[in-house]
Formats: sequence, structure tokens, C-alpha cells
Amino acid sequence: MPEEKYEPKPEAGKELNRRDFFLKLGLGSLSIAAAGTTVFAYQFLSPNVLFEPSPIVNAGRPDSYPIDSVTLDVNSGIYLIHAKEGFFALGAACTHLGCLTVWKPELGIIACPCHGSKFKREGEKIEGPAPKPLPWLRTWVSDEGDLMVDRSAAIRPMQFVRV
Amino acid sequence: MAKTAAEYFENLRESRVWRSIFRSGTGTSTLHRSLAIQQNIFLHLFSTKVRRRMLNFSATWYLGTLTFGTFVILVVTGILLMLYYHPSVPQAYADTKDLQFVVSSGLFLRNLDRWSAHAMVLLVFAHMFKVFYRGAYRPPREFNWVIGVVLLLLTLLLSYTGYLLPWDQLAFWAITVGSNIASAVPLLGNKIHFLLLGGNLVNANALLRFYVLHCMILPLAAFFFIGIHFWRIRKDGGLYTQQSEPAAVRPQPVGKEAQ
Repeated sequence: MPEEKYEPKPEAGKELNRRDFFLKLGLGSLSIAAAGTTVFAYQFLSPNVLFEPSPIVNAGRPDSYPIDSVTLDVNSGIYLIHAKEGFFALGAACTHLGCLTVWKPELGIIACPCHGSKFKREGEKIEGPAPKPLPWLRTWVSDEGDLMVDRSAAIRPMQFVRV
Repeated sequence: MAKTAAEYFENLRESRVWRSIFRSGTGTSTLHRSLAIQQNIFLHLFSTKVRRRMLNFSATWYLGTLTFGTFVILVVTGILLMLYYHPSVPQAYADTKDLQFVVSSGLFLRNLDRWSAHAMVLLVFAHMFKVFYRGAYRPPREFNWVIGVVLLLLTLLLSYTGYLLPWDQLAFWAITVGSNIASAVPLLGNKIHFLLLGGNLVNANALLRFYVLHCMILPLAAFFFIGIHFWRIRKDGGLYTQQSEPAAVRPQPVGKEAQ
């Protein structure tokens, strides 16, 4: 436009010229879009509804477990143990890499077939790569008199359930 | 007098259709041979010229080519297996057994896919060792070594994701163990575990995710990096030669500069 006059840049480096402004605007918008895409991708890849079995397991009548017995339920991955002090439930998945452990009645220990971890009946680690003891799971007796175990709720050890 | 096969082929090469596809023309001159490589979309990734001794078995043991060969077999057999396999919990194991016992040639294709997968992992490592001990990873080829490491990881991931698909006990526990290794990553471990499996357990979502990774995402990524890997061989000056290789002729230091 003819009426516009060229004005010299005021203090080069301190003011944005038009090219720098648009460069920054463009890079800024791209960064925001990239951040949005990351959030979108993360949300998309995380399922909001899971069709997984309920963490609460009905383990049946307490009197079906004889005293001093260790019963593994392979489907729910828990041990139901009837000790002299009462009932308790242990998570049966090894704390190392998640393999299903087994009760060895002849040795009186719980052993993992994958990498050789060994646990006492109360879940304490004896040896092996497992970093933690087997978790004690919240156990209670339902109104109908069944033993219930919540696999998602670990409790402090030695909390027996008396029936 | 009857024409020989070579003459028939020569006639074919001079036909209009052939010339419209392969524009480099016929002839055995170096120029024509170079053009034949350079003007072909697939071959132009490679060097137009190679030293004859570099094509000897002893130079590379053909390990890279053999690896690519197993990859091609895996793509072909994998696509065929996809025609009978449903990545769903009730059907995956039954489909695997159907492929073995019901589908014609199913057992052959499934075994070919499995054995080629094992062979590819073996060959990738052999290729890597050969490149390492020859010193072919050194500048200017260090970036191609990095691409090769990416391809090694892609090969291992392809192998790992394929392991779950038969949906048998071995598959289930191997992926349980493998995905729990991923949760050992500091801070993000459990998130990675959850995203990888699409849940907390190895279940329907995990099977589908591993199927998509195995059949779509990882092979496409592998094709992409294989393309770069081949192209870089040319860009970095062709196959690496060294003095100890068969019948190596040491370049004479006498040149215009040396005089």
C-alpha cells in the first residue's frame, strides 16, 4: 500500500518480526496438536470397560475345607487355606512374573513352576526370584454362609477368618 | 532351424510390451546393465554395481538375504493362515487345531510360519554377528547398524506377538510372564502392561491386540525399516569390503594424487 512506510526494525532480536511470529505460531500449534494426539491415543488404547471376571470370588461352604487343608482354585487363582487359627486366602499368582503356583503337600510349601520361587503356606517367601510374599486377600463370610474372597484387596498377613 | 530359448527370450525383450515395462533396453553393455538396476523400482534400492567377489558366499554368507527370505515366507504364509484364523477366545485354539488337522496344507503352512519365525530370529542374530566381526558396522555404516538394531527388535516383537495366537497353555503363560516383565519398567510399568494387554489379564483384548500387532503394525514397520536398511547399503558405498576377504585386491595407492 502506498501510504504505508517502511519502518526500520526496532532493536533487532528483541521484537518478533512477522516470519518469526508465524514460525512460532506454527510450531506452537503443532506442539499442541501433537500433545492432543498423544492424549487421544493413550485414551483410545485404554479400554474404559473391561470384560474381566469379577475380583470377588465365592469359595463355597467353609465346611467343605477340612482343617489344615490348602485348596487351589485354578480358575480364580487363589488358595483357600483352613489353618488351625481359621481361614485365609492367598493370591496364587507368583509375585515374580505371574505364573500360577502349586501347593506341594509332601513338602508343605507353595512352589512356582516357572522360575523356582518357593513360599511357605502363609505366603512368606522361602527362596527364588519372587520379590514379595504371596498376598493375603480379604476374606469374609457372606450372609448365606459362604466364604468370599476379594482378589483385588490385599490385606496384612495373619488376619484369619473364624467361622 | 528352430530358435533356441535364448533367442525367444531375446525376441521377447525386444517386444514393444517388454520395452514399455523395462525401459532400460537390451544389451550386455555396462551402461545397459546399470540402467536395468537403476530404473527398476525394486532394484534401484541396491547398488548398480557390486564387486563380483562380494557376491561370493564367503563374503557375507548371504545372511541378510536369507533373513529377508524368511521374512517373505512369513508374510506369505502368515497371510494365508489369516484366512482361517479368528482372533477370538472361543475360536483361536480351535482354529489352530483346524489348521493342523482339517485345512488342506494347513499343517504345512502353520509349521512353515513357525519354523521360518525361528529361522528368522536365528538368522538376524547370525547376520548381526557377521556384520560385527567383519567390522562392517563402522563409519560410514553406523546408522545402518542402528536400523539393524531396530529390525532386530521388530523381529523379536513379531516372534513374541505370534506366540500368543495359538491360545494354548504355553502361549497364555509365556505372554503372562512376558507382559509382567514389561511392568518392571520404572514408573510406567503398570501402564505399559495395561495398554499392551488392553486389560489386567491376558484375555480377549490381549489376543486381539497381539493379532493386530503381529499381522499389521509390526510387519508394516518391518517393511519400512527393511527398505531403509537396503537403501542405506547403497548410500554407504555398497557392501563392506575388507582385506581379509576372498581374493581381495588392495587398491593401489598409485593415482593422480599420489604422483
